[in-house]
Amino acid sequence: MEHYLEFKSITKTFPGVRALDKVSFTVKSSSIHGLVGENGAGKSTLLHTLSGALIPNEGKIIINGKAMKFSSTKDALDAGIAVIYQELNLVPEMTVAENLMIGNFPNHSGLVDHKKLRKQAEKQIKRLMEEFNPDTKVKNLSIAQKQMIEIGKALMQDAQIIAFDEPTSSLSDREIKHLFTIIEQLKAEGRAIIYVSHRMEEIFKICDTCTVFRDGKHIETFTDMEKVSHDLLVKKMVGRELNDVYGYESRPAGEVIFSVKNLQGPGVNKPISLKLKAGEVIGIFGLVGAGRTELFKLIYGLEELEKGEIEVQGEKLAIKNPHYSIKNKICLLPEDRKEEGIIGIRSVSENINVSSRRHTLKFNFFLDKDAERKIADKFINELAIKTPSREQLTGNLSGGNQQKVILSRWLSEDIDIFLMDEPTRGIDVGAKYEIYKIMYQLAASGKGIIFISSDLPEVMGVADRIIVMRTGEIVGSLSREAATEEKILSMALPVN
Amino acid sequence: MNNSATTQSKIKYLYNNYSIIFIFVIMFILLSIFVPYFFTWRNMLGLALSVVTIGIIANTMMFALGSGDFDLSVSSTVAFSGITAAVVINATGSVILGIVSGILAGGFVGLINGYSIAKLGLNALITTLATQMIFRGMAFILSNGRAVGISKAGFFKLGNSMIFGIPTPIWILIISFIIFGILLNNTVFGKNTLAIGGNTKAAELAGINVNITKIIIFTAQGFMAGFAGVILASRMTSGQPNAAQGLELDVISACVLGGVSLNGGIATISGVIVGVLIMGMISNALNLLNVATFYQYVVRGAVLLIAIYLDILKQRNQ
Ligand SMILES: Nc1ncnc2c1ncn2[C@@H]1O[C@H](COP(=O)(O)OP(=O)(O)OP(=O)(O)O)[C@@H](O)[C@H]1O
Ligand SMILES: [Mg+2]
Repeated sequence: MEHYLEFKSITKTFPGVRALDKVSFTVKSSSIHGLVGENGAGKSTLLHTLSGALIPNEGKIIINGKAMKFSSTKDALDAGIAVIYQELNLVPEMTVAENLMIGNFPNHSGLVDHKKLRKQAEKQIKRLMEEFNPDTKVKNLSIAQKQMIEIGKALMQDAQIIAFDEPTSSLSDREIKHLFTIIEQLKAEGRAIIYVSHRMEEIFKICDTCTVFRDGKHIETFTDMEKVSHDLLVKKMVGRELNDVYGYESRPAGEVIFSVKNLQGPGVNKPISLKLKAGEVIGIFGLVGAGRTELFKLIYGLEELEKGEIEVQGEKLAIKNPHYSIKNKICLLPEDRKEEGIIGIRSVSENINVSSRRHTLKFNFFLDKDAERKIADKFINELAIKTPSREQLTGNLSGGNQQKVILSRWLSEDIDIFLMDEPTRGIDVGAKYEIYKIMYQLAASGKGIIFISSDLPEVMGVADRIIVMRTGEIVGSLSREAATEEKILSMALPVN
Repeated sequence: MNNSATTQSKIKYLYNNYSIIFIFVIMFILLSIFVPYFFTWRNMLGLALSVVTIGIIANTMMFALGSGDFDLSVSSTVAFSGITAAVVINATGSVILGIVSGILAGGFVGLINGYSIAKLGLNALITTLATQMIFRGMAFILSNGRAVGISKAGFFKLGNSMIFGIPTPIWILIISFIIFGILLNNTVFGKNTLAIGGNTKAAELAGINVNITKIIIFTAQGFMAGFAGVILASRMTSGQPNAAQGLELDVISACVLGGVSLNGGIATISGVIVGVLIMGMISNALNLLNVATFYQYVVRGAVLLIAIYLDILKQRNQ
């Protein structure tokens, strides 16, 4: 194994932020190199410099002993680099085959050779061990399948270096297994793989070596994962001991503050009923496609109810839209932060105050900018949101910090019932710990929380009660004490 | 290090947000030096008067663009409401009734736009293109295709009187800039507009009532276009069915010049004011230099291209 790829003293700054600070390490070919660090540590920024999307202020990228200068993503592609981002870059209206071959369609003096196109695509699909038809439109595929097409694109260019930025955050267990098989295969073919993830168990499972970043600095590169313990890795990441991430605190539950009866609508096939008490944290577990997000959308008024009743504090509500839900003290943290959560081109302060500003108005009409500034600063402090100022555009924050901004939006409102859809997706261990703490605090102050998670240990570690959903219905409800992994999984898995 | 990074970011911020103001100031100085009569009180008033219609409508266009939508119907709304005012005044003899019905006619067009776009989910570009045609047609139908002369001299005061030596329409324009500036910067409505333009889905999930906000934006746009139409009719002492053709593009150009993002989410009132003034300054200077109208089209188109290019440069910077 040789040092195939070397980062040498890479520095990248943004206004007010030193995202990468003289980062150096090497990656071997035929190996999978893990990259871990807290939110905002600079992992994605490093991948952006690798892909030519960002140009470092200082430093070099050396491939196979040759110093490279990328001034565009095309340069990097030509040098055999493919970066697979979390946000996929496919054309939804085009077919699988077309997406795979984009940029180099087989053609005869400009006329596309459809036969050849199809054949090459078929070969690629087989190689990825997928079964879809090359003529399906990409918009009809699942996220996992789309990701496979991105990988297929990288292979079309015969990339020798393939980097993955949090590829598993929206995949099911089965899909993750499949992805890992493919990644192992790429490694066996001699490619160098960089793998970014917040899930420690994945790092231990597939990585041969691993680099830790903190605050834009290179902290350590472990060359033998056998010798690294989970706790050591976490300690390097967050800079302190963190033994029990979940840090569960039990608390008394009060009266029922929220209930749904026989709820039915798009994606929720059988009538659903559930009750939430003040001080209670309910976790909803299920596989991707179990109808959990759809249930939240129904409750929040994003989809129209076909049947059923929703009650808050014993009062029946005719939920029609989110505006109405918030007035009745229900909020939702959406699953897709970028598309549904943040307003990227507006500032952190505006994103935090977007809803709660109705409470600080002067004469019920004019904004109280002072109050808004104070609220923004308060939450930036309390939740340790990493941002140079409250005026920073929210789109420039790292994923975990964007989540904290959305949390602040609701913490500054007057909310009793928190619906959280995958609240810790893409969030580092340290920040997860903080978010759990906020959840416990909210519950202790008499609020109720229902959260969705595909992370079974998380559901078991945080929830007072666990509800399991499968194909659009509730199939079981377990107390924290009664829950075991086997029980939950046996309910969640499809019955044939 | 950290310090210089923040000064750098401040300079970049200034450049991104106020570059157009610098351009305006430089243009103004150059024109004052090189174009005879440009920097005279008379010409300044003339310049201001020439941008009253564009300026009044730019206020609300700023909101429409800021929320991520277009409104192409304003030109026809101006004509339609001017004709309505003229017809009503002639029929009833009441100036007040004429003014009110002219403005209401504009609001009606805006309401149709808003309702179709927000509630029926129609594309804004196509919807307002359709209403542009419909109400240009209505203006011709109401007027039998001819200018409608107005018999009540009282009506002309609106457009032709002076207050403290400055024409009334200019006062109206200034007041409208102040009101809409406050609406944009200091009210929930303004902030919600930009949030919707920034990310409609996220804005909805954050509890903003997107449909109602859009209806208000388009209705307000209709009212302001109607108001501008009535003022124009008063200045011309008649309702003209073919008034203001192509005006919508001038208004949008002015907004884009002023840094309003065509993708929505970004707008400032200072930018829009400067954008409007630049548009006016260009025509004014070309007129003073006796450049034929034909060439003026070319220049205005070129200015629009430059404005959009500036917009893209700015987005790349972010
Ligand atoms: N375009 C940008 N403008 C300004 N700051 C930026 C920009 N992109 C990233 N940053 C900042 O650079 C730092 C590193 O961000 P980066 O996205 O690389 O973190 P990350 O390690 O990938 O985090 P996460 O795990 O949350 O994805 C963060 O503080 C972020 O706010
Ligand atoms: Mg990242």
